Amino acid sequence: MPGSGPAGSGSAAGALDVSVGKIRREHLGQLLRSKTFIVGATILLFWIVCALFGSLFEPSNPLNGNFLQFNLAPSASHWFGTDYLGRDVVSRVIAGSRDILIVAPLATLLGTSVGTAIGLAQGYFGGVVDNVVGRLVEAVLALPVVIVAFLFVVALGPSSRTLILVIGFVFALLIARTVRTAVLQERELDYVAAASLRGEGALHIMFAEILPNVLSPILVEFTVRLGYAIFAIATLSFLGFGIQPPTPDWGADISYTYSLLGAGYWWETLFPALAIASLVVAVNLVADSIEVVLVQ
Amino acid sequence: MARFLLKRLGLALLTLVILSLIIFFAGRVLPGDPGRAILGPFAAESAVKALDKSLGVDRPLISQYWGWVSGFVRGNFGLSYQFQSPVRPFVFTALGHSLKLAAVAFVIVVPLGIFGGVVAALNFGKWIDRVISVSGLSFSTVPEFVSGVVLIVIFAIWLKVLPVTATWPPGSPVFTQLKYLILPAIPLVLILFGYIARMARAGTLEALDSDYVRTATLKGLPRRVVIFRHVLRNSLLPTITVVATQTGYLIGGLVVVETLFNYQGIGRLIFTAAKDKDFPMLEAGILTIGVVYLVATIIADVLYTLLNPRVRLESSE
Repeated sequence: MPGSGPAGSGSAAGALDVSVGKIRREHLGQLLRSKTFIVGATILLFWIVCALFGSLFEPSNPLNGNFLQFNLAPSASHWFGTDYLGRDVVSRVIAGSRDILIVAPLATLLGTSVGTAIGLAQGYFGGVVDNVVGRLVEAVLALPVVIVAFLFVVALGPSSRTLILVIGFVFALLIARTVRTAVLQERELDYVAAASLRGEGALHIMFAEILPNVLSPILVEFTVRLGYAIFAIATLSFLGFGIQPPTPDWGADISYTYSLLGAGYWWETLFPALAIASLVVAVNLVADSIEVVLVQ
Repeated sequence: MARFLLKRLGLALLTLVILSLIIFFAGRVLPGDPGRAILGPFAAESAVKALDKSLGVDRPLISQYWGWVSGFVRGNFGLSYQFQSPVRPFVFTALGHSLKLAAVAFVIVVPLGIFGGVVAALNFGKWIDRVISVSGLSFSTVPEFVSGVVLIVIFAIWLKVLPVTATWPPGSPVFTQLKYLILPAIPLVLILFGYIARMARAGTLEALDSDYVRTATLKGLPRRVVIFRHVLRNSLLPTITVVATQTGYLIGGLVVVETLFNYQGIGRLIFTAAKDKDFPMLEAGILTIGVVYLVATIIADVLYTLLNPRVRLESSE
């Protein structure tokens, strides 16, 4: 931090921490009183437990099927039935939470951090940087996120790393737009002028002064985008360009089993579908209640 | 008005150019050698070179991009790798099918969404408002193939009232075609309902809070008249914009729905092209979606301006 005395910046940061801490505790209390949040968080927690410890309570191995027992309807020994390769559907559904709950948060995290940096620069510097990024965002927004991601994943070849990079990149542009708007309002405030009069560098003002004050919209963006990331990754997996078999994945499992629906083997498709639905709805309930609490 | 329109058109064209660059980059530069992609890893190097030359992909990228974009403007969308014939008829036929499906979805969702939003706003804070808002939000986040699968299981397999696919027997009358289109349209309806209802709700709440509605109520007009004449007229304006911006999304959502229901629209065309690594087809399909979206937003802007005198006056200054 060139130009600022260590004592001065230390006490300012200390005061900030106290107020931020107080606000967070208040918000947490408000969240815990919200029914939407409790329902969403409980379902989300269930799937996180499945992703982390699923292998401990899966009834059988999700990868190895019994070839003599394929397409069995739900029964006492196989609650959700077995699939076309004789694999236990309950175990596939539990194990299917793993990859999507790794890939989606990583993609969202990448998008949020890169997007925040771009948005801060856009809002703070304005001018050419702002214009160029703004045009790029417009163009990307002319297509649905799933289509843009689809195009790039097809071009680069599907893998978890590609999914994270592509979705992270698209999200970065979208998140930059929100952060930019927030920064534009902050930039006019006195504390920014004071910092620049003190002789602080642009990086310090952007990341140490403005960033802590625009954390709320960024947090909201993160949770909302996490829902979208799950949506997009599940969709890409369903189209065959996301998480690749034989890794258990809900979207990929559906893409291999939905053609059997006509033959009446509905359980192989329906249960992974309900799993995806419950996960995205849970994430969005959490996101929505966080938004209600933070943006009042 | 004319200046406003010209400015909008100019911006849309610029967006389209950037979009075409992105698509060109993803479709031509990232995948590497197209000849290798078509012939596979075991083909002789000389054969790959010859094919690249005949496809014109050995030229510098700038001249390739120019050839592609100027062709697109003149109506020449390129040659399909897979079918060895022009891409355009495929894209146009598929787009026609998709618009049909999209029209069915819109006809259902626009009145339904507006109705839901207005009812929620009129019952602000009551349980019915919560139910409409939360279910709208939840439905709009569930991927189309997920709700599609659930719908197929319920209506086509358990109840056996609607067909599993969207492909009707050739020569079916319009009514039979509709029966095949209802099930694929519902996942799109579910996604869009939340957005439209949310906008209609916000617009209605704002109008209810306005001075002119208070005046209308105070001068003794019946509530029904206040709502139809004063509230709805103002609250539905922003909704028009949302409906248009969602058109682009809708066409994109078709990729999934058309794949699931085996319907030969532009979504299924893009999906098949991607599976076959038929990049000219894929690029043309995606660029067409972008064009449709931009046209829809411009139409929405114009409509909004024509219907809203305040914006009209501001823009003419």
